[in-house]
Amino acid sequence: MDQLIIAGRKFKSRLLVGTGKFASNQAMVAAMEHSGSNIVTVALRRVDIDNPDDSLLSHIDPERYFLLPNTSGARDAEEAVRLAHLARAAGCEPWIKLEVTPDPYYLLPDPIETLKAAEILVKDGFVVLPYMPADPVLARHLEEAGTATVMPLGAPIGTNQGVRTRDLIAIIIEQANIPVIVDAGLGAPSHAAEAMEMGAAAVLVNTALADTPDPALMGQAFRKGVEAGREAYLAGLGAQRQQAEASSPLTGFLRNNR
Amino acid sequence: MKLIINGKTKEYQESLTVQQLLQKLNLSPDRVVVELNRQILSPDIHVKTQLKSEDTIELVQFVGGG
Repeated sequence: MDQLIIAGRKFKSRLLVGTGKFASNQAMVAAMEHSGSNIVTVALRRVDIDNPDDSLLSHIDPERYFLLPNTSGARDAEEAVRLAHLARAAGCEPWIKLEVTPDPYYLLPDPIETLKAAEILVKDGFVVLPYMPADPVLARHLEEAGTATVMPLGAPIGTNQGVRTRDLIAIIIEQANIPVIVDAGLGAPSHAAEAMEMGAAAVLVNTALADTPDPALMGQAFRKGVEAGREAYLAGLGAQRQQAEASSPLTGFLRNNR
Repeated sequence: MKLIINGKTKEYQESLTVQQLLQKLNLSPDRVVVELNRQILSPDIHVKTQLKSEDTIELVQFVGGG
């Protein structure tokens, strides 16, 4: 069985699902179920003490899903480290999707603060999965710092644009000795399939599932996209070439040779 | 007693432990994490942690996120 292995832990599905922005908890759960995902991400925020809403966790079956907290909202390494420790105190395993995004317009990850936070969190005993710009040199540095994966962005968070960083992600995949998970910007199952065909170990999708009238059906579509891309990668894609190469025999035509 | 909870100033007549504060706010200790003056509190010491005026408290929980 071709499983995703992160820090020695095995997962059946290569599709990670975010839980943000769904119209309802029911829609979120339906998308998660149909996606076949085993790993779901969550964020940490202040409780609205004057108006506490119901707990997200009451909707997520811990037997079925591995909860991966993120450090979204962190603007620098210090805030990210603080959030990671809060998540661990909430009873999660010490796994953290590290996100440091100081710029609210493009939400691009800060490479310097991300590396800084990764070094601290690895020392603190966390399994660190860093969201990062699609920069092969940074990927090397993060791997050397001891992160469990690297998570280069396909396009800015929530943009549904696809694997715009394709050539750089190809270099990251070529050089990495840890799983490469393409995160952010994947808006269609074909985008997920593309990343998987390139040899990504997994993809993470949120907005594309939340931002559709039918999250369950879209979850299923992404599951198939990820599986198709993975199988194509394992099978080995045929080489691209400039000149046509006939698929049908070039002999036995119903005409006489001149 | 004046407490700063999640950035909001709250006045309480009586003195409170962390556990009593969570009860007042209708928050179950297994769904929120408490940070008191930048120190994370594990749930087993909520009951014996007495709050004092001007304490800064952060109460956080998991929400949907990508």
